[in-house]
Amino acid sequence: MELAYALIIGTLTASGIYLVLRARTFPVVVGLTLLSYGVNLFLFATGRLATGGQPIIGSTEQYADPLPQALVLTAIVIGFAMTAFVVVLALRNQADNEDDHVDGRKREIHTDIEEKEESGR
Amino acid sequence: MTLSLVVLLPFLGAIAAPLFAQAGRTAIAIASSVPALIALAMLFPHWTTLAEGGVFQESHSWLPAIGISLSFRLDGLSLLFALLILVIGLLIILYARYYLKPYENVGKFYALLLCFKGAMLGIVLSSNLLLMLVFWELTSLVSFLLISFWNQKQDARRGARMALAVTGGGGLALLAGILIIGRIVGSYELDDVLAAADLIKAHELYPFALTLVLLGAFTKSAQFPFHFWLPHAMQAPTPVSAYLHSATMVKAGIFLMARLYPVLAGTDQWFFMVSFTGMVTLLIGAYVALFKHDLKGLLAHSTVSHLGLITLLFGMNTQLAAVAALFHVINHATFKASLFMAAGIIDHETGTRDMRRINGLWRFMPHTATLAMVAASSMAGVPLLNGFLSKEMFFAESLSLNLPGIWAYLPPLVATVAGIFAVAYSARFIHDVFFNGKPVDLPIYPPQEPPRYMKIPVEILVFACVMVGMFPAISIGPLLHAAAFATLNGDVPEYHLAILHGFNLPLLMSFLAFFGGLLMYSQRQRFFDFHARFKEIDEKAVFEKVAMWLEDRAAAITARLENGSLQRYAMLLVASAVVVALSPIERLGIFIGSNGLSPIDWPTLIGAAVLVLTALGTAALHRDRFYALVMLSVVGLLVALTFARFSAPDLAMTQLSVEVVTIVLLMLALYYMPSWTPIETSWPRRLRDLTIALTAGAGMTIITLAMLTQPFDSISSYFIANSKPGGGGTNVVNVILVDFRGFDTLGEITVLAIAALGIYAMLKNTALTPPPGDGLGHPWTRDAHPLMLKQIARPMLPLALMVSLYIFLRGHNLPGGGFIAGLITAVALVLQYIASGIGWTEDRIPMRYHNVIGLGLLFATIAGAGSLAFGYPFLTSAFGYITWPVVGKFEVASAMVFDLGVYLTVVGATLLALVSIGKLSPHSAIKSTKGGM
Repeated sequence: MELAYALIIGTLTASGIYLVLRARTFPVVVGLTLLSYGVNLFLFATGRLATGGQPIIGSTEQYADPLPQALVLTAIVIGFAMTAFVVVLALRNQADNEDDHVDGRKREIHTDIEEKEESGR
Repeated sequence: MTLSLVVLLPFLGAIAAPLFAQAGRTAIAIASSVPALIALAMLFPHWTTLAEGGVFQESHSWLPAIGISLSFRLDGLSLLFALLILVIGLLIILYARYYLKPYENVGKFYALLLCFKGAMLGIVLSSNLLLMLVFWELTSLVSFLLISFWNQKQDARRGARMALAVTGGGGLALLAGILIIGRIVGSYELDDVLAAADLIKAHELYPFALTLVLLGAFTKSAQFPFHFWLPHAMQAPTPVSAYLHSATMVKAGIFLMARLYPVLAGTDQWFFMVSFTGMVTLLIGAYVALFKHDLKGLLAHSTVSHLGLITLLFGMNTQLAAVAALFHVINHATFKASLFMAAGIIDHETGTRDMRRINGLWRFMPHTATLAMVAASSMAGVPLLNGFLSKEMFFAESLSLNLPGIWAYLPPLVATVAGIFAVAYSARFIHDVFFNGKPVDLPIYPPQEPPRYMKIPVEILVFACVMVGMFPAISIGPLLHAAAFATLNGDVPEYHLAILHGFNLPLLMSFLAFFGGLLMYSQRQRFFDFHARFKEIDEKAVFEKVAMWLEDRAAAITARLENGSLQRYAMLLVASAVVVALSPIERLGIFIGSNGLSPIDWPTLIGAAVLVLTALGTAALHRDRFYALVMLSVVGLLVALTFARFSAPDLAMTQLSVEVVTIVLLMLALYYMPSWTPIETSWPRRLRDLTIALTAGAGMTIITLAMLTQPFDSISSYFIANSKPGGGGTNVVNVILVDFRGFDTLGEITVLAIAALGIYAMLKNTALTPPPGDGLGHPWTRDAHPLMLKQIARPMLPLALMVSLYIFLRGHNLPGGGFIAGLITAVALVLQYIASGIGWTEDRIPMRYHNVIGLGLLFATIAGAGSLAFGYPFLTSAFGYITWPVVGKFEVASAMVFDLGVYLTVVGATLLALVSIGKLSPHSAIKSTKGGM
């Protein structure tokens, strides 16, 4: 169980980071969402994995740790607010620059700056 | 006695003084004098104790963890400097009253002057070295502001910047030096440092500490090669030059050498560094002073030279020389401050400071001329004036240095040559200005005597010069003795203050200097011609050049690191995190803790497999954005299931509803954006990114695995035990959110609200035209709001609202609560927007979501503040039970009001964000109205 859970977090992190490193805003937003899934699951796991231990008093014998749950609950909502904010940033970039490159430049420049530098060297 | 008050008073005065600016210059001058007068009155009763070597201490704890305390110390040395600062400060205040023009910003000037006075008193009275450094830097800053007081002049701004750069840089070196001393001693308190003198001198870090401290002292006291800032600081108003740049601030470095004299002096390194620097400064200053045509330029270089003389005396490593140095500090302050004031008067009355034009002023202002001539004679070292006495002591000390062989002749030779130059430039000051024919082309003609009171400060200082010169033992003896006692740690040598010590070698040197100087001045034209052959180095231009070069280099380095590419920043950020984490993770290896692995069941395994595959799929298929989005929604749903699987029903419900809103949000965004991501990056870069991503993923897997298999200890048992009795609810997660950690939640919904308002602000007045189709050649569907969706969505609304109410009410005891209920309501409303369009929905829900957010925050805050009214801390919750008909016994908690606030904020924020995006398209309003019909 733990191994599967760890692999899930690893995959979410890897996919998220790969997308965050892309050059266009939309994949970056998707990547951030994946990353925040991974982070939320990780934080949740600090309370360890419990089966049938919902922290409702009187519903069970052994309770799962409620504290990480409370923290992650607000993290999910804040994560949504952050995603919304970044999406809107991307839209504003699209509106102002008529382009969706993360560097926020006008449409004319299409090649990557970093790439250009590398080839220039 | 409260020493801290002495330091604090001028700062308080600096705040109060500008209030009198409206009432005129006299009023503000009187107001500005008050702090110094009070301070003097406070110091006066303690004179006898201090004269006998007594010490007053005062200490308050400030930052004990790093060894900084607000501790002050008053002994003979600090008294000497404090008196100079206070008394000359008073005279400057009076002088500046007449120097400044009525239309100038006198409030600012006096405020800065008082700030400077406070900082300077802080330096001399601090007993903690770090505290002293704080005041030290403060004087640099205020000096910067005072030099650039006439900030409309470019020269003033440049001079100020140069002074700040040099003295500020020296301050940094001093900080490093003090830190080393503190490290050696283990304390920054002056008492401890003075007691550890032998320890410091024997320590291997002593050379570094000494060099760094001396760098601080030399930059502040304008020693070669840092002397160049002082002449350029003469762009300041003359009262500032007289106060800061002759009497006080430039003496701060000297003070530091005196203060740390028992600790740092006495070694060969001290001897060579200090005496050599002093000697070079003495000569260079004296030489250049002769050739300056600017009155203040001459005085500035003469100041440099005299500061070099004092430094040289300290460097000689003998106690008598140290006494002579302290004596010269007093004498130089009196004659130089009065000379600066006289120069200011001449500038004021003639409109120029160029000695080639100012001639023969004796006829116009005999009173000022007399005063200036006496002061200048003291500067030259004419007998019966104070300058003569300390210079005589200096000559005597230069003879008594036991240097090997021919080197023994060097100090007396240097001293005599410098003396000759000093007499020559003093003679020039007297003869060129007051005699030597008629004035040439003065901007103000004829010059007149200045206002009566403007001369009083000069008169007082000149009187002091004469008094000390004629009756040294009575007038200055006790104070000098007290200062020497403190400087030398009680080990004061036998010395004798008298006008004449008989006919000896020092007297001969004085004669040589006097007549040599007069001869040199009479032959000045030859020297001027000689000097004119060398090209003058413009220090300001050199400094600007160096500064520009540094700026360019810094900009170039910054540009290399910061090329404006977010992609690169993100890569560097992630890559450095990976690099930092790499070695601990590698050491950890694949670690299975003592709890071991638990068996997995088939449904969970399948769920995990799907989650992994869809997560990978999202990344792999990201170019087709729509597919990526679909994949992402599957990932989100499975995350919700994961929460449900591992005993977190609240999280599952939250994740589920957030998932819906997130996907709607991203779909909306995709409507305005290209639906396809082009291939732009080369494969090596993609490979690099993939490597970073996979490494990070592997690292997270290892960390998670290690964490999950470790036993742990949680603080949660408290929450579980107290949830029902303390918070009145059985859903521990919800009770934590609205009760135990309610303050966190309040902060979090505030962040939510700010994010939503930020979104609204960013999109206000922004128009985005969506592309006509999906980018792959398919046009959008014509039917924006399909009939079936509309028909299903409308009856859903009341149902969904009821569910949301139910979830909200039960939240305290069963999974649910404000967050989840808010999200469900938001989803229900968003569905109406999607199905029927913004126009249609807004017609029917006439609500401004800003207000909903505001109301939510208000409720949450009131619920928290309510407990304050009953004398409990913020956000203490109260609860009770009421019995409703039909429903039965029902719990009512004040936390419920808080949760209502959470609910409203979540609804408002979510809808404000989504509706703002929905309204982006210029056609959306019209189109949706049409669709709604």
